[in-house]
Amino acid sequence: MLMEFGMSEFVLNVNGARVPVNAPAEETLLSVLRNRLNLTGTKYGCGEGQCGACTVLLDGRPTRSCMTPVSAAANAKIVTIEGLEQAGKVSPVQQAFFDEGAFQCGYCTSGMILRATALLRETHSPTEEQIVAAMDGNICRCGTYPRIVEAVKRAAQLPTQGAGR
Amino acid sequence: MNLRDQPALECVQIGSGERNSIAQPSGFQLDRRDFLKVLGGGLFVCLTHSSGWTQETSRAFVGQELPKDLGAWLHIAADGQVKVFTGKVEVGQNIRTSLAQLVAEELRVPFDAISMVMGDTDLVPWDMGTFGSRTTPTMGPQLRTMAVTAREMLLGMAAERWHVDPAGLTAANGKVADQGNSRSLSYGELTGGEKLVKIVSSKETLTPATAWKIAGTPVPKAEGRDFVTGRHKYPSDMTWPEMMFGAVLRPDGFNATLQSLDTSAAEKLPGVKVVHDGDFIGVVAPDAFSASRALRAIQAKWNVPTQPSNQGLFEFLKNNPETGGDSQQHVSGSVAQAMADADLKLEEHYTVEYIAHAPLEPRAAVAEWNGDKLTVWTGTQRPFGVRDELMQAFHIPIAQVRVIQPDMGSGYGGKHTGEAAIEAARLAKAAGKPVKVVWTRREEFTWAYLRPAGLIEIKAGARRDGTLVAWEHHNYNSGPAAIATPYDVANQVIQYHPAKSPLRQGSYRGLASTANHFARESHMDVMAHAVGMGPLEFRLKNLTDLRLRAALQTAAEKFGWGRSKSTPERGFGIACGTDKGGYVGTCVEVEINPASKKVRIRRVVQAWESGAIVNPDGLRNQTSGAIVQAIGGALFERILFADGRIQNPHFAAYRLPRFSDTPEIEVILIDRKDLPSAGAGETGIVGLAPAVGNAIFAATGIRLPHMPLAPRGGVLNS
Repeated sequence: MLMEFGMSEFVLNVNGARVPVNAPAEETLLSVLRNRLNLTGTKYGCGEGQCGACTVLLDGRPTRSCMTPVSAAANAKIVTIEGLEQAGKVSPVQQAFFDEGAFQCGYCTSGMILRATALLRETHSPTEEQIVAAMDGNICRCGTYPRIVEAVKRAAQLPTQGAGR
Repeated sequence: MNLRDQPALECVQIGSGERNSIAQPSGFQLDRRDFLKVLGGGLFVCLTHSSGWTQETSRAFVGQELPKDLGAWLHIAADGQVKVFTGKVEVGQNIRTSLAQLVAEELRVPFDAISMVMGDTDLVPWDMGTFGSRTTPTMGPQLRTMAVTAREMLLGMAAERWHVDPAGLTAANGKVADQGNSRSLSYGELTGGEKLVKIVSSKETLTPATAWKIAGTPVPKAEGRDFVTGRHKYPSDMTWPEMMFGAVLRPDGFNATLQSLDTSAAEKLPGVKVVHDGDFIGVVAPDAFSASRALRAIQAKWNVPTQPSNQGLFEFLKNNPETGGDSQQHVSGSVAQAMADADLKLEEHYTVEYIAHAPLEPRAAVAEWNGDKLTVWTGTQRPFGVRDELMQAFHIPIAQVRVIQPDMGSGYGGKHTGEAAIEAARLAKAAGKPVKVVWTRREEFTWAYLRPAGLIEIKAGARRDGTLVAWEHHNYNSGPAAIATPYDVANQVIQYHPAKSPLRQGSYRGLASTANHFARESHMDVMAHAVGMGPLEFRLKNLTDLRLRAALQTAAEKFGWGRSKSTPERGFGIACGTDKGGYVGTCVEVEINPASKKVRIRRVVQAWESGAIVNPDGLRNQTSGAIVQAIGGALFERILFADGRIQNPHFAAYRLPRFSDTPEIEVILIDRKDLPSAGAGETGIVGLAPAVGNAIFAATGIRLPHMPLAPRGGVLNS
């Protein structure tokens, strides 16, 4: 239904809930999550898919929400950082980041955690080279990369829960 | 003048060549009655720098003003919770945790009993800002002094209640205990019915680091869980009911003048308001997408004047002195005479380019007008500086502006200014609703400020036996931080020459310390090779500073310096330095691909000493992070500009260090419990670039005097 100039109605599947939203079809998923749904855990860093701060999972695939029009996400299961906790318990990757202190300002952390979550779903015990290759599109300007690598290794050792890591 | 004693005040330098004077502390708004109303009674201790208030205690408030120059304050509530108020801000450097540890230590309460209230100009005392590695050495002792005072008061209150000598009581774990009589009172029980204010200015006897139980330990980051769940609200995450989204039209280039403007198409968009006020052109819209669409719909033509570019930048800086700039010169002995007598004399010109801070969270602000009162949530290292900017921009008194700084997505010296705050406030005023402005990455690259570029000319002379006899160091534009040599040289001329910068420049992590160390430590390598000594041996021969020697030798030892010889494909380099009370020694191993000439840093061993360690985990994280950040400036980061435009204002063209650039890093912390704690956010960045340059020289025989050393994707020029 056309709401107003260029607006469309979408029903998004976000963190397991069906969420109706009115937005222009070409608006980015990042903008919709942050500015219309107040899911601000997903961050803007560059707007050109270079830093990974906006990473979310679309049907399990790590996806740059700053490069994804909301219309392209309408039929996918979207998981954001807010959707990783289950029954008040953080996911193994979240736990591992916390345990390793794998952040400084923490602004890149949501994107890092989602990228790592996707990696560990595909590769249960990744080598250091696999971790670096998978994570290389995500920037931590504070430079906590060595701890993030350790956090991913640690998460790989933790038991999975529910729907996965 | 001894340059090494100059405080790091250049860190507040903002703008093109201008030097901001440091604003004087502004008066504080609440009187003490208001204070206790806000805090609901309890024990309130504040610290002033003026001795007139020494040791004043009061239980009867008559509504007097508090001293104007309070440094910090602390409050213990009836439930025993301790709130500590400071104008310092948390930007990822972990002071929310480390300062709380220091307070918990002196107050003898568990770490979790402390909450830090930071960077809210209505709640915390005036503070110049969070920069220059000043938090730990200045705010740390202030907070500790207040905490000791509070502890002594609590002991006194308990003694009064029990009618015993306070000397027989002990304070621990948030309680005062009378061991002899097996009784105790919690701090909450002691302060519950009270409304106590104590003002202190004298230095109390602080707990020595050797006796620390909470300080000095690796306490995890305060509120760390909120960072892994996405719950933490950064400035750009702030949202308010009715909030609108703003965006600002930027000129086509620096110093541009507007030729023509047509906003009619933008104004026709639903819900969009165009705000045009002098040079300011902005839009507000009900959502962020509409705001950026409205901005694109504005037709503006600009006249951009011809301006300098990277071409000839360093000649420009040398030939365009900033008249009236605070040129600093240090002279000892006679360099001319010593150079004439020296066996070996070598001169080199080193350069560093403009680089960007690129904090992952760009500038952001939400502004709300409530009648005449303006509240702005924004990311800044200087909340009180931003408050002053807002007062000036809107001609409003101090009582009508509040700036709140939520812990932000870092700054690295790049967020001293309040551009987004002013923009959001202008738009909010026009819209009559709260407005959020979040800068784009392109805006952050273009309209913030940069680390200064600089030219450094060094001439040095040595005797054949390796004794340095003359050292002349001229820094054009990049700054005076750590310009003085820590080596023992009898004859010196060391001078900083402020220049007219073609680009807006300002503070940066370490600021000129990186450039001056790069030049000096590269040249030390040049001289070592000239006299035929090893780089470590040559440094040690000319260095008596024991702390720096210890950092250098510790790094060398852990690295296994001298155990392997450099080859054309593998080079080893060493450097050391000191600034702002921190001492660093850095050893690196680089690998150079013989076919592609790509440089890869394989291994870094860095020793760090900054007095007594407050939080070894946080310090290790900072030091390791500084090494990683340094890789960018050392190898490939540089701003390209021409015709008044930044030509690489995005991450695809401005490369930042990534996972795959990161070497194996070993950090060795030297804990000097006998020395006061210094700040550690900055100086850990200075050792890497010269060590890498020296390692490349060791492998290839080629001296690279220009940072970044390998700007084309880490590939060396052949």
